[in-house]
Amino acid sequence: MDLDLKELSEYITAALGDDILHSDVKLDELELVINRDAIIKVMTFMRDDVNCQFKQLVDICGVDYPNKVQRFCIVYNMLSLVHNRRIRLKLWTDEDHPVDTVVPLFSTANWFEREVWDMFGVYFSGHPDLRRILTDYGFEGHPLRKDFPLTGYVELRYDDEQKRVVYEPVKLTQDFRTFDFLSPWEGAPRILPSDEKAEETEGDAS
Amino acid sequence: MAQAEIKNYNLNFGPQHPAAHGVLRMVLEMDGEVVERADPHIGLLHRGTEKLIEHKTYVQAVPYFDRLDYVAPQNQEHAFALATEKLLGIEVPSRAKYIRVLYAEIGRILNHLLNITSYAIDVGAMTPMLWGFEEREVLMEFCERACGARMHMNYFRPGGVSADLPAGLTDDIKIWATNFVRFVDDLETLLTENRIFKQRTVDIGVITAEQCFDWGFSGPNIRASGVAWDLRKSQPYDAYADMEFDIPVGAHGDCYGRYLVRVMEMRESVKIIHQCVDNMPGGPCKVDDNKVAPPSRGDMKTSMESLIHHFKLFTEGYHVPEGETYTAVEAPKGEFAVFLVSDGSNKPYRCKIRPPGFVHLQAMDFLSKGHMLADVCANIGSIDIVFGEIDR
Repeated sequence: MDLDLKELSEYITAALGDDILHSDVKLDELELVINRDAIIKVMTFMRDDVNCQFKQLVDICGVDYPNKVQRFCIVYNMLSLVHNRRIRLKLWTDEDHPVDTVVPLFSTANWFEREVWDMFGVYFSGHPDLRRILTDYGFEGHPLRKDFPLTGYVELRYDDEQKRVVYEPVKLTQDFRTFDFLSPWEGAPRILPSDEKAEETEGDAS
Repeated sequence: MAQAEIKNYNLNFGPQHPAAHGVLRMVLEMDGEVVERADPHIGLLHRGTEKLIEHKTYVQAVPYFDRLDYVAPQNQEHAFALATEKLLGIEVPSRAKYIRVLYAEIGRILNHLLNITSYAIDVGAMTPMLWGFEEREVLMEFCERACGARMHMNYFRPGGVSADLPAGLTDDIKIWATNFVRFVDDLETLLTENRIFKQRTVDIGVITAEQCFDWGFSGPNIRASGVAWDLRKSQPYDAYADMEFDIPVGAHGDCYGRYLVRVMEMRESVKIIHQCVDNMPGGPCKVDDNKVAPPSRGDMKTSMESLIHHFKLFTEGYHVPEGETYTAVEAPKGEFAVFLVSDGSNKPYRCKIRPPGFVHLQAMDFLSKGHMLADVCANIGSIDIVFGEIDR
């Protein structure tokens, strides 16, 4: 199966050339990083080419990497029922650069793109109906960005005088707690944070 | 004669409509009693599961999956456990695989029982609901005996299952499975040839195979349209490769077909349950690696090392190597998948949940267009949606 995926990735790279920026097979999963502007072309090829036949777009999601210049990675997962194979397409973008919508190719992309817009604030140009989908009417911000706090900014309560629910800035009765469990137990570096002596001791030992 | 002006009428369906299967608000544009456009508004049950999981360790994330599709909680955990195991690069013992498959199939029956019977109540049949919930009760007791919780099991953990099955449980499951076939027969006498049920469902909400691909359908909904696609067969995970079962396929892709596929699937699930119970191997039910699976309670009383492992596992958790995986399982509703991104720390960097109901509900506009208002209820029931997983 591994060889097949490699062959497929070579085949796609040969056919699409510069639009494929990078390809990789990890954990038996084929991943292609593509040129943002070529999404429609690549998707059409994936769907219609006889060796690909990825007729189902199963998922679109975003991942936020705030430290990168192009901070959002949009991930398209596709499935081919004929070849019993999956593929993952990735492209990078930021707040200012819209991504072309793939709704004309796959009707199912409609809500997925709305969700990415809602959660990350990535704009899809040409989308027929780009409204928020999961958050409340009139919600502000994009909750799955890494700089959006877990507790959010507002909380909701029913106001008895106004006879309706009102939004108020969130009040925490207890400070938000995050525990730093990093310890020399497993995986983590064996030097504890702000332990200056550790380096010296290690230097002495060697 | 004066000309009357006829205007389209907007109807708010839900969020508190009993046939909305949860908190679905649907804005229906009506022309008389015919639906012109259906616009589902979702998100009323949005709890930010994906965001919360980013702030929890891998073990702490498991219970969130129970609360997605709360009708068949174990199938969701299954996807997450498989994804984490893939990133960790561990293989669970074969007993754990069999237990998981056994409970995944119990979850499938739990789901199909609820769906079929509540679907029947939506289109006017009361009795199946009352009968079906009795069986669900028995199944939930099996869940309780295995892990202590009737519904939110938190049973499938990365590395195996949380505890071994108690003595005698598999025998009881076998007795139940033998009798359950008769129950399905009884259930079918109420619905399958029922004149009213057929009038409400046959030729309603027809979707062809090509349209299923376009709308991203999966699970029983795509099989009802004649596509023999089942991840348990085509991309088998855990012990499904050893199981003998058939994939029921419909021909017409209407609401009635989707009902029939689910009934047949329950019969197939019973077959798998029998095979699991008969061939259940012995041995451990979680990996023999205390960096991932906690040591036994008995060890902790005597061994300092075990105590430390237990403490560190449930505070810091384990570190998962950097990587990404898209891992899917055949949940009762369709393809349920987890796209897990790990940055090498003890918490997932991103955990995208791909719920089948989200995709199916999206096609409501397509399915309902041109149908009568009453058919909207039949459509909602037949595509099998639960809002826990759609809104996340």
